[in-house]
Amino acid sequence: MVHAREAGWLRGTVHIIDRRRDASGKSLGNRQRFIRRARALVRHAVREASKDRKVTDAGKGGEITVPSGGIHEPSLRRSSKGGIREYLLPGNKQYTEGDTIERPPSGGGAGGASADGEGEDEFRFVLSDDEFIDLFLEDLELPDLAKRQVMGEEKTQPRRAGYKSSGAPSQLSVPRTMRNSLSRRLALKRPKPDEIAALEGRLKELEEAGADEDEILAVRAELERQGLRARAIPFIDPVDVRYRRYEMVPKPVAQAVMFCLMDVSGSMDEHLKDLAKRFYSLLYLFLSRRYRYVEVVFIRHTHEAQEVDEDTFFHSRETGGTVVSTALEEMIRVVSDRFPPANWNIYAAQASDGDNLPIDNEKAVTLLRNVILPMCQHYAYIEVGREPEERRRGGEPPSTLWRAYDLIQSPDLPMAMRKVRDRRDIYPVFRELFERKPTVAGVA
Amino acid sequence: MKNKPAKNKLLFEGADWDFDTLNRIYEGVAAIGHGELKLDIYRPRIEVITTEQMLDAYASTGMPLFYRHWSFGKQFVRNEALYRKGWQGLAYEIVINSNPCVVYLLEENTATMQALVLAHAAFGHNHFFKNNYVFKQWTDADGILDYLAFAKNYIAHCEDRYGAAEVERVLDAAHALQNQGIHRYPGKKTIDLRSEEKRERQRREHGERLFNDLWRTVPEQTKKAKKRIDQERERRRALLGLPEENILYFLEKTAPRLRPWQREVIRIVRLIAQYFYPQRQTKMMNEGCATYTHYQIMQRLLEKGQIGEGSFMEFLHSHTNVVAQPGFDDRRYYGLNPYALGFAMMKDIERICLKPEAEDRQWFPDIAGNKDPMETLKDIWANYRDESFVSQFLSPNIIRKLGLFLVVDDHRESELAVDAIHNERGYTKVRRALARNYDVSRADPDIQIVDVNLDGDRRLELRHQVVDGVTLDEDDAERVLQHLANLWGYEVYLVESNPEGETTTKHHAEPVHPFM
Repeated sequence: MVHAREAGWLRGTVHIIDRRRDASGKSLGNRQRFIRRARALVRHAVREASKDRKVTDAGKGGEITVPSGGIHEPSLRRSSKGGIREYLLPGNKQYTEGDTIERPPSGGGAGGASADGEGEDEFRFVLSDDEFIDLFLEDLELPDLAKRQVMGEEKTQPRRAGYKSSGAPSQLSVPRTMRNSLSRRLALKRPKPDEIAALEGRLKELEEAGADEDEILAVRAELERQGLRARAIPFIDPVDVRYRRYEMVPKPVAQAVMFCLMDVSGSMDEHLKDLAKRFYSLLYLFLSRRYRYVEVVFIRHTHEAQEVDEDTFFHSRETGGTVVSTALEEMIRVVSDRFPPANWNIYAAQASDGDNLPIDNEKAVTLLRNVILPMCQHYAYIEVGREPEERRRGGEPPSTLWRAYDLIQSPDLPMAMRKVRDRRDIYPVFRELFERKPTVAGVA
Repeated sequence: MKNKPAKNKLLFEGADWDFDTLNRIYEGVAAIGHGELKLDIYRPRIEVITTEQMLDAYASTGMPLFYRHWSFGKQFVRNEALYRKGWQGLAYEIVINSNPCVVYLLEENTATMQALVLAHAAFGHNHFFKNNYVFKQWTDADGILDYLAFAKNYIAHCEDRYGAAEVERVLDAAHALQNQGIHRYPGKKTIDLRSEEKRERQRREHGERLFNDLWRTVPEQTKKAKKRIDQERERRRALLGLPEENILYFLEKTAPRLRPWQREVIRIVRLIAQYFYPQRQTKMMNEGCATYTHYQIMQRLLEKGQIGEGSFMEFLHSHTNVVAQPGFDDRRYYGLNPYALGFAMMKDIERICLKPEAEDRQWFPDIAGNKDPMETLKDIWANYRDESFVSQFLSPNIIRKLGLFLVVDDHRESELAVDAIHNERGYTKVRRALARNYDVSRADPDIQIVDVNLDGDRRLELRHQVVDGVTLDEDDAERVLQHLANLWGYEVYLVESNPEGETTTKHHAEPVHPFM
C-alpha cells in the first residue's frame, strides 16, 4: 500500500536533517569507560612517556602506546597457523596450475587473504592534555596545607543570615512561617478546632437535654461568632511567610608559596641541571595545575643567590662557585618581604649536587634549622648525581651537604631528602614526596 | 547528446552545496533511482554530520545509538588516532538497515560526492536492505532503532541498579561469545524487535506480582522436593535437544545461576549480533549492488545534463579508486576488494544480458541475452547471498579479467601449490573456492554445546569440529572459555576434534568469579 505521504519521498521531496549542530562526543562515555578500564596501563604509559619528553612539554597530552593485553577482546576464532588453507588471489601473471611457490616468511600466508587474523601487539591512541595531566598527577597533594585565611573577594560561599519576607519557594522556611502563623493566631484569638468542637458538643447536649431556649441561643450565637472568626482569620497569612536569607561571605583559602632553590654552579653539569630542571618542571606543573592559590618563587644560586623568573630559571646559563647559604638567605629575605609565615603555607624544594664551600655548611645548616624549617610546612632536598657507573655499590661517599643536612634530620622535622641519579628516578621520587598520605585524625 | 543541455538543468555547479542543493540532488537522483531503475526502497532519513560525529558513529558500529561499553571507546580512540595522523580516511557515508533508512552524509563531501553518496546509499544499499532475503529473514528494519534505544536504556538502567562494573563484566563475557550467539538456520518465528521491550516489561511485572517474601520462609516439603526432582529430570530431557550452536541463546535459557537482568543483557548482545549477521553474509553483493546503482544513476544524470562533465570526471576519479583491485603482489593489496568484485560481477551480468558471447550462453543459459539486465539484477539482489551469488554468477570472463588463481597452503608441505588458474580447467575450481571463501559459516569455527551433566557436577561440554586441520587460536580460546565458565557458573570443557573423531586439543576452564 502506497500512501500519499510516501509517494512524496519517492518523487524526490525528502527532509534532510542537519545534525552538525548536535553535540559531537557521543562516544565520550565510551571513551571514559575505556580509559578507566585501561587506567593502570595508561597511567604506566603516561609516566613512561613523560620520561622522554622535553622539559617544556611535560604537561602536554599526546600519543601513548599501551600493550594490548589488558584491553584485548577475545573471541573463538580460527588460529592463523597450521592446517590446510586456500587463498584466492587476484592478479595472476605468471603462474600456471601445478606451480609451487616458496612459503612466505613468518607464516603470513600468501598475502593474507583473511582479515580476521590481524595481530595487535600494541595499541596507540591520543590523550588530551587534561586526561594526560589527570593521570600523571593522580593522587598528589601538598602536605600539611594548614594555614587558611580570607583573601580578597575572590572565593565566597553563601552563609545563612536570618530571614526575609520574600524569596524563592525553595528557600521557604516552614518552621519560621509556622511560628509567625501561630503567634498571629494566638494574638487575634482565632478559635482552635477543638474549641469549636466543644461548643458544638455543648450545643448538642443542651438541645438534647431540652435546656433553656436563651442558653441555647447564646451558645449558638457564640458558635456562629467563633466560626466567623475562624473564617476571617486565615491559618496562614501571607504576612507569616518567611524565607531563608543567605549572605555571601568570603571563604578562607589556603594560600601557599613554593620556593624552588637550584644550584647552578660550575659543578652542576648539563646532566645534573637537566635532572634538577626536570624535577622543578614537574613540581611547577603540579602546582600550577592543581592549586589556584600557589605562588612559586624561583631562586638560583652560585656563590651568590638571586630571585629570578620562571623563564630565566629554566633556560639561562650561569656559572660560578657554590655557597648554599646565600640561597637560604635570599629565601628568608623574600619570605620576610612578601610572605608572612603567619598567613602563608611555605614550601621549599632545594636541588643541588651536594657540593658546597666547606666553611659554609655550618651556616647553611644553622639557617635551615633555626629559621627556615620552623616557618616551613615542608622542605625537600633533592640531591642530583651521576649514575654510579663503575663504582662499587654503596662505595660512594655522601656529599658534604648531604652529611651536613643529615645531622639535623629528625622525624618531627618537616624535611625530606632524596637522591636522584637518572631521569627515570625523578618521577618516583617526586611521587614519593607529594603522594597523598592518609590523613591522620587530630593533626592540626 | 546532440543538444547541449541548458545550464539551468544542472543540479549544482562547483563543489559547494547547501540544503537546497542537496534537496535538488536528491530529487534528481530519486527521479532516476525510483523513476527509471524502479528501485524499491525504505523512506530515507538523510542526515548531514561532521567528521567528529562520523568518528562517533564509527565507534558504535555505525548505529545512531548504542549502549555504552569500553570496547566502543577503544574503537573510537583507535580510529581517532589513525584519522588524526592521516593514516585512515573517513567513509563518505554510513547507511543503516532500518526503516526509515538512515543515511549519514559527511559535511566535507563536495556536491558531486553527495550525489554519488545519495545514489550509493539511499538507493543502492537501501534497495538491497529492503529486498534481499537474508535481511528479510533475519532483521527487522522497522524495529531496530527502537530496539537499540531500549537496549541502551536497559543497560544504563542496569548500571544504575547493579553497578557499572557488574554490567561491564556481563557485557565483556557476552561480547566474547557474540559470534556464537547467532541462529544460522531460520526458525519458525520471524524476528519482531518491537515487541522485545514489551516482553521484557511484562516478564518483570509478572515476576514482581508473584513475588512474595513469605515463600522463602516456608520449609521445603519432601513431596514437593520429589516433584521438583521429577521436573528437573523433565527439564534435563528437554535439554537433550542438544547439540546447540547458539551458545548465548543456550546460556540465556539454561545457565543455572544467572539473574534475570543478566539474561536480558545476554539477550540484547545476542539479538544485535544476529542483526549484523546478514551484513557479513552479503558484504560483497551489497557493495556491488550499491556501486552498480550509483554508477548507473551518475551516468544517467550526465546523460540528462543534470551534472556537468567536470563533476562526472570527479565522480569517475573517486569511483575508480573505490573499485580498484590491486594484484596480490602489489604493496596496496589487502585481500579481494568487495567493491571491485561486486561491481565487476554486476557489470558482467549486465553485459551477459545484453551482449552475450558463446561462452556466456553456455555458462548462463537462463539469463544470457534476455535484454533486461535491471530486472535480472534485482532478482539476484533479492535471492542470493555472497556465497551462492559467486557459485552461480562468477563468470569465466571475470576470472580472466581479475586473473584469479587458487593457492593451497598445506602446513605439511614445504611449499605452496597453485591449484587452479584462469583457464578452462580452473574456472569451476576457482569459482567453488571463492564461494567457500565467502561462506561465513565456514569462516566461523563450528562450535557446539554437546553435553551438560545437570545431574552431577553440571559440567558443560563443547566441541569444535575442526575443518582442514585449523584449530582455535589458543590464547583467545582460553580467555573466552573463562568468560563462558563464569557465565555458566560451573566447569566448562572444549574439545577440538577432527572429522575422524580424534581429539586434537582440549581446553578447560573453571569459574573464577561466577555471575550470580
